[in-house]
Amino acid sequence: MMMEKLWFVIPEVVLLAGVVIVAILGLVSSTWLRSRVPWVTMIFVIGAGVSFPLVFTDEAVSKSTMLLPGLGRPMGMIACVIAVCLLLLTVGRIDRKYEQAIAEGRDRFDPLRSNKGEYYVFFMLSLAGLMLTCSANDLIWLFLALELTSLPTYVMVAMSRGSRRAQESAMKYFFLGAMSAAMFLYGFALLYGATGTVELSAMRDALADQAADGGISMLAVVGMMLALLGIGFKLAAAPMHLYAADVYEGAAVHVTAVLGFIPKAGGAVAFMLLLSTMGWLDGAALPMPILILLWVMAVLTMTLGNIAALLQRSVKRMLAYSSISHSGYLLIGIIAGPGLGFSAVLLYLFVYGLANTGAFAVLASLQREGREIESIDDLAGLRQKHPGSAIALAITSGSLLGFPPLLGFWGKLALFIAGIASGHIVLVLIAAINSAISAWYYLRLVGLPLMSEPSERSETIDRDSSPWPRFTAIGLAASMVVLPIFLAGIQDETELPLTSDEADAVALTDDADQDSSGF
Amino acid sequence: MMSWLLILLPLVGVLGIIAAPARLAKVTALLTTLVVFGVSIAAAVGFGGWGNGTMGLTGSFQWLTNYGIEIQVGADSVSLVLVLLTTFLMPLAVLGSFSSVKDRLREYYGWLLGLQAAMIGVFLARDLVLFYVCFEFTLVPMFFLIAIYGSTNRARASVKFMIYTFTGSLITLAAFLWLAWSASQAADGQWTFAIADLTRHATTSLAASEQAWLLLALLIGFGVKVPIFPVHTWLPLAHTEAPTAGSVILAGVLLKLGTYGLYRFMLPMCPEAVVEWAPVIAILAIIGIIYAALICWIQTDVKKLVAYSSVSHLGFCILGLFALNPMGLEGSILYMVNHGLSTGALFFLIGMMYERFHTRDMRAIGGLAGRMPIWACFMVFFVLASVGLPGLNGFVSEFLCLIAVFTAGEGGAYPGVLGPWYAAIAALGMIFAAMYLLIMVGKIVFGPERLPAGNHDDGPLPKDLGVREIVVLVPLAVLCLVLGVQPWIIIDGTSAAVADTLAVYQPLLEQASQQTGSAVSNALAGGAP
Repeated sequence: MMMEKLWFVIPEVVLLAGVVIVAILGLVSSTWLRSRVPWVTMIFVIGAGVSFPLVFTDEAVSKSTMLLPGLGRPMGMIACVIAVCLLLLTVGRIDRKYEQAIAEGRDRFDPLRSNKGEYYVFFMLSLAGLMLTCSANDLIWLFLALELTSLPTYVMVAMSRGSRRAQESAMKYFFLGAMSAAMFLYGFALLYGATGTVELSAMRDALADQAADGGISMLAVVGMMLALLGIGFKLAAAPMHLYAADVYEGAAVHVTAVLGFIPKAGGAVAFMLLLSTMGWLDGAALPMPILILLWVMAVLTMTLGNIAALLQRSVKRMLAYSSISHSGYLLIGIIAGPGLGFSAVLLYLFVYGLANTGAFAVLASLQREGREIESIDDLAGLRQKHPGSAIALAITSGSLLGFPPLLGFWGKLALFIAGIASGHIVLVLIAAINSAISAWYYLRLVGLPLMSEPSERSETIDRDSSPWPRFTAIGLAASMVVLPIFLAGIQDETELPLTSDEADAVALTDDADQDSSGF
Repeated sequence: MMSWLLILLPLVGVLGIIAAPARLAKVTALLTTLVVFGVSIAAAVGFGGWGNGTMGLTGSFQWLTNYGIEIQVGADSVSLVLVLLTTFLMPLAVLGSFSSVKDRLREYYGWLLGLQAAMIGVFLARDLVLFYVCFEFTLVPMFFLIAIYGSTNRARASVKFMIYTFTGSLITLAAFLWLAWSASQAADGQWTFAIADLTRHATTSLAASEQAWLLLALLIGFGVKVPIFPVHTWLPLAHTEAPTAGSVILAGVLLKLGTYGLYRFMLPMCPEAVVEWAPVIAILAIIGIIYAALICWIQTDVKKLVAYSSVSHLGFCILGLFALNPMGLEGSILYMVNHGLSTGALFFLIGMMYERFHTRDMRAIGGLAGRMPIWACFMVFFVLASVGLPGLNGFVSEFLCLIAVFTAGEGGAYPGVLGPWYAAIAALGMIFAAMYLLIMVGKIVFGPERLPAGNHDDGPLPKDLGVREIVVLVPLAVLCLVLGVQPWIIIDGTSAAVADTLAVYQPLLEQASQQTGSAVSNALAGGAP
């Protein structure tokens, strides 16, 4: 048992080793070494990513006692791919003014004032939190992992830029996050009370017994609902979405991009794990109150997100609301349940993560007098001076919209298929109408940069002094076009044979194989 | 093999345009479209499906196996006719843009070629995924063509065009996915997206109510594209604001994606619901015919007039489809081609006029016959083709559609759910069409010469049509004449495929006419004879 837990956290151990090294490197007085910090971080993230297929081998997975053992490998690898993109985005952006002053001899290096190492340390901790969420097999682990995902992001928001708005965002984010944590912890406590165990597999058995004895107890249902609502905060799902726009806007772009993916993925994974205890894996339906809650969350999240995004003038707020609406789409896959649904969620997280990071990378690649661009009007006529960024923004927006043949379409297609296959065609229709609404504002992100004439405001926009955000944006945009060709391979990787019968069958055949080889 | 070539060659052309310097863009585009046209002719010559219902030019490869998504291409005679229409119009559209598009050349011709690939893909797709991807992708090039190269109101027009059609097709997508899921349920979880399999499933195992929902979802998606009243409002705006080649392609091919979708999916997949609801759709089509014709009557903007006339004309096309007899379907398919030719030509002519005088306002311009006799000749010719003068192409198809509707009722030659009243009211549209189009000709071609203020003699364009412009128009005129005299080349070629589509309707319609019309048609016809 203990060995199993240790075995499956090897990728996280790799990341934690990286945390220690990067923390030290960030404090070294050599400018050359300090400037290598992002790349060192990337090496460790890639190392963790590569270790996933080695650790989560089919054999190890089939023997594990985790609730969703198949989840770790695809989710971990997806997280690492997106994390590398998120890191590329930050090259040359952290501590820029301070590092510049040092390079020009105006200032001396003072470890106390440098944030360079810290940013990457927190980044890796948050990523490790996400990975730990995937391999959680009891409520306490799940709680700690979720908090490990979120806590570093509070600090990242606060230190992301020197302005008071970042501080304000961080405070809002922290207090609301604490409230949501209290909420889902309360839910966990009720679940414990209802089942007498914190272990997810045991909880699943206890709930199955309850279901057989005349229905899952109300205590467990209420506990589950509280837990879902609380974790909805990580997903930025309505009604816990209210912080998102302010926080996303206040943080620096590279942090906003992180917020748009890592906590969201953690939330989605936690949803899948918790709901899987409710007899889903054995083919039973969810209790009605929970299904209704999920439905309401999904419909509200996508509709509110899309309508609010329509009204925004600030690009970051628009993308913030757009990411809320994508949480709503994700919930369709979660409602669809194990099998097609969860596979679709994983695929969608990957697809959405790439496109969303790409859109933020475009924003990071532009600046006006050292500040980020804010208003959507700043983007008018972008193509004339920055064709690469303009085209990248158009392609990533098209992918977020889910326009064929871009990558985003295939993610949405998988979600829609899963939704319909689980009998929720009305939900899929609502999502389809929502996609149509979202076309309105995504088209603005396509049309303004490519077709409008530059305005006085947009004339003054320059490239960011670091080329990496631009490279990231263009690379991600290219991946939106190229990756659909390799979709079959990606889908094989994100496919989750989750129903317990199948998992048992796999385990049995594996055992049989070993037996026969033993003879 | 031929099919892949037809879809991929335009994309190779796009790569060529990206690689070549900007001044070579138009030549590259023209060469590509000509080569594609040649390939499509070769494909048509070698095609074995003319006159019999078989499928040709097939090909496939496995793709997303866990959803059973296999990319399949292939053509029956109806698809191939529309592919030929596309490949025929494209070189003309490219040639017709040489003088009107002056900057961002590479993007312009690149988008045109991308559009061509998508349109051919729609017609050749034999699985829903490829079909949907191509169907949706046609929006992107058109969006950019309108939004970058359109006239003053282009931003609004392009967004409206995009939102309308995108919304409609998303609902159709949901219906397709539901159909595929329902088929997979019937086949023990084996997913398939092949059109043939899904059609078989839909006709054999869907309940009438399920078919009705499917019909509604398909009608929303394809109806927006056709467009059917009341979702036609994007079309006049998009047509008016689009550049000339954009309007030509839009009228010539993109609108046909809607009617083709109805023919390919709605008719075979939900026959019971179609018999039930054909009167309603026919009435919407008739409202479209009359309403759009009346709007045309009061238009002063020539391009808008032709745009609204498309709404009116495609109403006949829809009527022909829902007459549900061979005459109607053949007439409707012929109509798709004819409308593409004559309305495409009218948009070319208006574009040529606009390039010279920078106005489309009938009040500001008139009597051009003396100044531009060649242009005037073509204008009169194509207006007559569009009006339906016997001997030219429009007449045959319009007549077939109307007579098919006339006879598709009780006591008619064919069993059906429409009848003489539908045809009689729709025929008013023909009279209106003659009026508004001839009034337009009377104003801008004949009468005293009126020119908008300003100097019109500068620029590289000749006073009357130049050789390039004549080369654009002559093939269209020849084909209009040929199809007017020998419409059999299309009708005979497609008759077997049409008969296959209609096979499922024979028993249903006989049953319906025995019950003296379905409940819906009874209620709507209100005591029609």
